[in-house]
Amino acid sequence: MSISNLQVDKATGAEGSASSVKSQNRQKSRISLAMVSPSVLVLLVWMIVPLAMTIYFSLIRYNLLYPGDEPFVGLENYYYFLTDEGFAAGAFNTLYLVLSVLAISVIFGVLIAVLVDNDFWGRGIVRVLLISPFFIMPTVTALVWKNLLLHPVSGVFAAVWRFFGAQPVDWFAEYPMGAIIMIVSWQWVPFAVLLLMTAMQSLDQEQKDAARLDGAGPLAIFWHITLPHLMRPIAVVVMIETIFLLSVFAEIFTTTGGGPGYATTNLAFLIYTQALLQFDVGMASAGGLVAVIIANIAAFILIRIIGKNLTDKQ
Amino acid sequence: MLTLKQARQLRTVLLGTLGWLVALIIFFPIFWMILTSFKTEIEAFSSPPQLFFMPTLENYIEINSRSSYLTYAWNSVVVSFGSTFIGMLLAVPAAYSMAFFETKRTKSTLLWMLSTKMLPPVGVLVPIYLLFKDFGLLDTRTGLIIIYTLINLPIMVWMIYTYFKEIPKDILEAARLDGATPIQEIVRVLLPISKGGLASTVLLALILSWNEAFWSLNLTASTAAPLTALVASYSSPEGLFWAKLSAVSTLACAPILIFGWLSQKQLVRGLSFGAVK
Repeated sequence: MSISNLQVDKATGAEGSASSVKSQNRQKSRISLAMVSPSVLVLLVWMIVPLAMTIYFSLIRYNLLYPGDEPFVGLENYYYFLTDEGFAAGAFNTLYLVLSVLAISVIFGVLIAVLVDNDFWGRGIVRVLLISPFFIMPTVTALVWKNLLLHPVSGVFAAVWRFFGAQPVDWFAEYPMGAIIMIVSWQWVPFAVLLLMTAMQSLDQEQKDAARLDGAGPLAIFWHITLPHLMRPIAVVVMIETIFLLSVFAEIFTTTGGGPGYATTNLAFLIYTQALLQFDVGMASAGGLVAVIIANIAAFILIRIIGKNLTDKQ
Repeated sequence: MLTLKQARQLRTVLLGTLGWLVALIIFFPIFWMILTSFKTEIEAFSSPPQLFFMPTLENYIEINSRSSYLTYAWNSVVVSFGSTFIGMLLAVPAAYSMAFFETKRTKSTLLWMLSTKMLPPVGVLVPIYLLFKDFGLLDTRTGLIIIYTLINLPIMVWMIYTYFKEIPKDILEAARLDGATPIQEIVRVLLPISKGGLASTVLLALILSWNEAFWSLNLTASTAAPLTALVASYSSPEGLFWAKLSAVSTLACAPILIFGWLSQKQLVRGLSFGAVK
């Protein structure tokens, strides 16, 4: 029970006896418990049952192609998964993708938010255009980029390259990871813009004016006033984007299929290929658990840094 | 003074131009997709790409004449609205309890809920797939509704919690003194006050379920496949029908895009967990 609640209880229960306050409180906490429990319970089941099954599968040899032959093999699956050349590539690509897109969306998000904070003609339309990609389905995004924009023969990029007399680039062959990062960034920069440009509106204008009168240049104002003001929304952007970026799947599934080789295979896609293409449930489960552990480390670090920021407000 | 004013005007014009330029570049892929949907297949594949052409509706007509499109679209509608509805039924009471009867466990519960979102779906794909197979949920809308409810629930609870937190407790105390039960409190007092915030939660849940592509691609085949799966099927090698792909994509994205435009302000507040107002 928080302090403010206790105070309210004291105020309303002042006329009654102490015991009635107590029973009232007990009833209240019972009702509140009943209301939280459904959500907590379903999430608990959602977390524990598949996780327990994954742990079990990861310890047996379990291939759907050879039913009935499921001996306990201990940590063999982990050994094979972790020493597979795909794992090193997948882990590296996951990290590379998450960090690149995070950096791009924070940097461009801040710059664009500051830019559209100025008053100019048609600013409302500009904002709507800027945030639109966030609402587009990942599969659509991937296909439009792959076929209409990045296609080496008839894509728009190729036309622009040719216009400037350059040789069109076959993006998915020459820079596969770069292409994926570009596509995913296109989806997530708008999310950063959406949050940050709204945050810009609550920036104290007087503080900025005062700084300007004191002779601070635009860069100094940006660095000492605007950026600190944006720190919390940036933290939120980083946290939410990390959640979604750790499991980017559709963009890879519909464009490169993880290739060429392992060039664009992240952990999510690697486990997918093991489970549903090679039917090796045991190894896929071991991989799934490794992914869960990695995600939990990331989550732990993030919540340590940002979670406090989110709940300790008002 | 005049030069200062002129300098300011010049600055406005320059920044405005830059703003428009950035916006147009970012929006260009969507614009191009919509444009391509009105081309013939030959025009869509032409090199260099054509900006001016005779618009045609043939792609849309053909897509609608294939009854399968409507099946996919209907699946998307049922699955996203179904999961959002159930999610709200679970999330509103939970958020109410957390916001107004806060205990020392509330914050850790909230963070724990969010941490279930950190679980990469692929980590539990295999068991979910096998469970679905055993319970006959593979390729069913019910199955997808269950999954989407669960993956969106943490964010829904968080968002509603944020909105409820902003409501002064006195209002509820007043209702309680008038003898309102908790259910009455929620229905008669809380929901009307926070309908803007709840609406945006609903919208976000709809957007996320509508666009979700991992589970829908892996757990459905044909009968329950939503629009994400239909669009993905155009990535197959024989699917070099870019004008039709663009038309399908435009149809698949238009409702959500318009939803998003209309609700952007509310969305921001909820999405940032109150960090941005």
